[in-house]
Amino acid sequence: MTKAPQLIKHSMKYGEAQSSTGAAEREPGSPYGRKPRKILSRRNIFIYGTLIMVSLYYLLPLYVMVVTSLKGMPEIRIGNIFAPPVEVTFQPWVKAWAEACTGLNCDGLSRGFFNSVKILIPSVILSIAIASVNGYALANWRFKGSETFFAILIVGAFIPYQVMIYPIVILLREIGLYGSLSGLVLVHTIFGMPILTLLFRNYFGSVPQELFKAARVDGAGFWSIYFRIMVPMSLPIFVVAMILQVTGIWNDFLFGVIYTKPDLYPMTVQLNNIVNSTQGVKEYNVNMAATILTGLVPLTIYFLSGKLFVRGIAAGAVKG
Amino acid sequence: MAAVTGPARWHRNISAKIAAIPMIATALVIFIGGTTWTVVYSFTNSKLLPREKFIGLAQYERLWSSNKWLISIENLAIYGILSLIFALVIGFILATLLDQKIRYEDTFRTVLLYPFALSFIVTGLAWQWILNPDFGIQHVVRSLGFENFSFDPLYNPDIVIYGVLIAGLWHETGLIMCLMLAGLRGIDEDIWKASRIDGIPMWKTYIFIVIPMMRGIFITAIVLITSGIIKVYDLIVAQTGGGPGISSEVPAKYVYDAMFLSQNLGQGFAASTMMLLTVIIVVVPWAYLEFGGKRK
Repeated sequence: MTKAPQLIKHSMKYGEAQSSTGAAEREPGSPYGRKPRKILSRRNIFIYGTLIMVSLYYLLPLYVMVVTSLKGMPEIRIGNIFAPPVEVTFQPWVKAWAEACTGLNCDGLSRGFFNSVKILIPSVILSIAIASVNGYALANWRFKGSETFFAILIVGAFIPYQVMIYPIVILLREIGLYGSLSGLVLVHTIFGMPILTLLFRNYFGSVPQELFKAARVDGAGFWSIYFRIMVPMSLPIFVVAMILQVTGIWNDFLFGVIYTKPDLYPMTVQLNNIVNSTQGVKEYNVNMAATILTGLVPLTIYFLSGKLFVRGIAAGAVKG
Repeated sequence: MAAVTGPARWHRNISAKIAAIPMIATALVIFIGGTTWTVVYSFTNSKLLPREKFIGLAQYERLWSSNKWLISIENLAIYGILSLIFALVIGFILATLLDQKIRYEDTFRTVLLYPFALSFIVTGLAWQWILNPDFGIQHVVRSLGFENFSFDPLYNPDIVIYGVLIAGLWHETGLIMCLMLAGLRGIDEDIWKASRIDGIPMWKTYIFIVIPMMRGIFITAIVLITSGIIKVYDLIVAQTGGGPGISSEVPAKYVYDAMFLSQNLGQGFAASTMMLLTVIIVVVPWAYLEFGGKRK
C-alpha cells in the first residue's frame, strides 16, 4: 500500500523515461516494459550512481586540462591539479596559440592549426568525392572484377599502416610530392578509401533500384545519375562521411610526421613537439591550453553532430 | 548480335571503370604492391636506402634478438590482452546500464564517448599530466596526508604500460559501449519476456542468453580493438615517448624508429612484416567465419 503512491510520485517526477514502469504498474498483466521492480529506488540509485561516477571519471581529464590551462605557473607548483584556479589567467592560451616554440619556430600552435586546415579541407573533399564515386560504381554499375577490388580494399584496411609507409614514401618521392601537403592529402585519400567506399557502397545499395532503372530508361548515364539522383538523395551519408574524415584526419599523427616536413607539420605533431620538448622549463599551463586547442575541432564536431557521429563510427565497425 | 552487345556493354560501363580507377590503383598498387614490396625488402640488408642485396632471414634473427623488440612485443601483449578484456567487460556493463530505459541516456552516452573523438596525442598528453607524480594524483593524495602513497606509473619501468592502458581504455571504452548498446537494442524484446516468464534472473539472462546472441557484435568489437591495438603508436609517443628508457616501446614505434631515426630500413621492414603476420593471425579466422559463413 505504501509503495504504490511512492511509485506514482516517482514516475511523475522522472517523466516519460519511467512511463514504461508506470504502465506495468497500471496493467499488472502487461507484457510491456521490464520486470516490475519492487525496490525501484535502490535499483535506480545503483544505475544512476554508477553512471554518474563513471561519467565523472570520463570528464576528469577534460576538467583537469581546463583548470590547469587557466592557472599561472606559481599556482600550479604549489597547488592541486583538481582545484579550480584561484586567479584565472588566459595568458597560457595566448602563449600556446601564438608564442610557443617548436624548434626554431616560435609562432605557436597557430602554424600547426593552419597547416591542419590546409590538409583537412582538400583531404576531406577529395577522399569523399573519390570514395562516393567508387561506392556508387560498386553498388550500381558492377563490372567484372569490381567486387574483387572491393574485397582487396576492405582487407587492406586491416593491414598495419607500418607495412605500407615506406613504399608510399618512395612513390611520393618519385612524383615529387614527398614532404608536401599535397602528398599528405593523397595519403589521407588513400587510407580513407576502404571505410568510406564501404559506407557509400552500402548506402547507395539501399537506394531503391526502381529509381535507378527509371533514370536509365530516361537515358541518364553514369555521371548524370550520380549527380542528379544519388548525391541529392544521400546527403545524410555525406555528412556522416565528413564527420568521420574530419575527426580522423585532424587527429592523425603518424602520416603527418612521416609525409610532411617541420614547417608543414599538422597540429597534432606540433602539439606533441611543444609539450614533449626536452628544452626549457616545462610550462604545464601552456601545454594544457595547447592540448585543448588541438582537441577543440574534433570535440566541436562531436558535440554538434550527436547521433551522426555514432552512426559514422558504427558504420566503421559493422561490415556488410 | 552477341558481337554487337559485347563491345556495347563494355563501352557502356566504361564510365564506371574509369571512376573506379582510384580504387583499383589503391587496391593493387598500395595495398597489394606496397605490402609485397615491404615483405620482399625485409629479406634485404637495406640501411639508409632500400637495396636488393638479399640476406635471407638475417633481419628477423636480429629482430628477435633485439631487446627493444622483445620489450615491444611484451608490452603489446600486456596492453593488448588487458585492454581487450577491460574494454569488452566495461563496455558491456556500461551498455547494459544504459539499456535500462534510463533518463538522460543521450547525455551519459555523449560523455562516455567524447574521449573517442579526441586524438591519441591529446589523450596521451592529458593522462601524462594527470599521472605526473609531482603534480598529479600521487601529489594530491600525498598532500591529503598519505605521505607514502606511490602512484607514478609513467616513471616506473615495471608498470609504465599500465599507465598507458589507463589512457587507452579511457579513449576506447566509449566506442565499445556504443557498439554493445547497438547490439543490445537488436535483441528481440520477446527474449526478455520469455526469460521473465521462466523466472530467470536478469544477470543470468544477460550472461547465458544475451551475450551468446551478441556473438557477432563481440567478434566485431574484438577485431576492432585488436587491429587498433597493433597500430598503437601515437599514444605511446605522446604519453611516454617509449620511456622510461625503452620500457614502454611498442612494435609500431619500433618500425618508425628503425625506418626514420636509425636509418635501418631492413629492420623496419622485418618488424612491420611481423606486425602484418600478427594481424593475419587475428583477422583471417574472423574473415573466414564472417564471410565464409554468409555464403552458405
